Amino acid sequence: MDILPILIDWLPYLLSGIASTLGLVLAALGLGVLLGLPMALGQVYGARPVRWVVGIYVWFFRGLPILVLLFLFWFGIFPALGLGELSAFIVGAVVLGLRGAAYQSQIFRGAIQSVGEGQMIAARSLGMSRLTAIRSVILPQAMRIALPGWSNEYPNILTDSAVCYAIGVVELLTITSRMVTQTHITMPIYLAAAGIFIVLNYGGLKLLHRLEKRIAIPGFGTGAM
Amino acid sequence: MNNNDIVLRVEDIHKSFGDNEVLRGVSFDVRRGETKVFIGPSGTGKSTLLRCINQLTPPDRGRVWLDGEEVTNSGARINYFRQKIGMVFQNFFLFDHLTAVKNVELALLKVRGMGKAEAREKALTELRQVGMEDWADHYPAELSGGQAQRVSIARALAMDPDVILFDEPTSALDPELTREVLEVMKKLARNGMTMLVVTHEMGFACSVANEVLFMENGVVAEQGSPDLLLHDPRFTRMKDFIGRIDSRMDD
Repeated sequence: MDILPILIDWLPYLLSGIASTLGLVLAALGLGVLLGLPMALGQVYGARPVRWVVGIYVWFFRGLPILVLLFLFWFGIFPALGLGELSAFIVGAVVLGLRGAAYQSQIFRGAIQSVGEGQMIAARSLGMSRLTAIRSVILPQAMRIALPGWSNEYPNILTDSAVCYAIGVVELLTITSRMVTQTHITMPIYLAAAGIFIVLNYGGLKLLHRLEKRIAIPGFGTGAM
Repeated sequence: MNNNDIVLRVEDIHKSFGDNEVLRGVSFDVRRGETKVFIGPSGTGKSTLLRCINQLTPPDRGRVWLDGEEVTNSGARINYFRQKIGMVFQNFFLFDHLTAVKNVELALLKVRGMGKAEAREKALTELRQVGMEDWADHYPAELSGGQAQRVSIARALAMDPDVILFDEPTSALDPELTREVLEVMKKLARNGMTMLVVTHEMGFACSVANEVLFMENGVVAEQGSPDLLLHDPRFTRMKDFIGRIDSRMDD
């Protein structure tokens, strides 16, 4: 039995599944930065209540299995907020993003804290406000320090994204499962899915590593010299 | 002495860290164009004193005046005063992600709101002052300690400060590199820059300082012209101290 013709037959669906998976990942990564970075800043520079709220958030989202979070939001939290009409894709992306933000905030926090304290002192000594110093001196350095660790969030979220199958997001795993049901061919199809995940995973990492090299500064951080 | 000549007035500065009273009432006036050198054993509050002047470390008590305006308790205006009070650090603290010229430019752009071309030109002028214009596009990690310190001096100069505070500017440098930084500082002094310098470089103190202040236990124990402190028999403590560092260097 030849798997190739079947894959070719299903190619449009496979591609839409890949697009959906990558959409989940990119949306989640984006949301993760959008929320994770302010959270990290709040944890490092914020007042005690801010640090406390961020701490609870991180504690919650890192403490639960992704599938539990997904069910909580899909069946409970979003409907309770009157957002029951949201598509599974959006809910999946948001939950992955909210959870990603918890992890990413800690990557950013570590990076911000690893910027030497002299950088802030020097910036302030020149008359910069704290905000200007954070924006112009601390963050450009922290982001470079964070990038290698942040890059690892990509494979994490990519592999996690497959659980969105459970709430009916039509992503790569959902498509391949449908193929299995219809063709009664199991292993070859799942192997093909595995192959596609591997390519997306390491292909994406390669791009990220290229970005790391591009923005590396001689003698700075972990970037290649 | 004309009172208008006084650019910086430091009045009864006190500072404690926990139970440790580091500064116990330090006062002095600085005239425009003057170089004052602070020496003394480590832990006597010299660096803290400098940081109390630009409020990086707010003093517990006492006041600082720049050109007749109070720097202490100045609220958000402190960012204005800090432009006028430059600072050079022992460990340079150059912005590690920026080239030499961008290190000098940054505050011109972000604090003074200068245009890009103007800031670049001014930054290059300041780098030329310290002999670093050929290194403008190098990152801090690519510079020797002496070069990095000269860039950090250029960075302070770019804000057109009324006075520059030097916090042990050569303590992290070996003798060769120390010399190139001291040369730049001597040139600044000759050109009329007002400078407060915490250092152990007695040669620099003797040749450049208008006044040497010997600090011990959080107060100015002795002060006077370098000549007076070294040769007047009434002043003994600083000579003891210098004798101790000299003998240590002979070891």
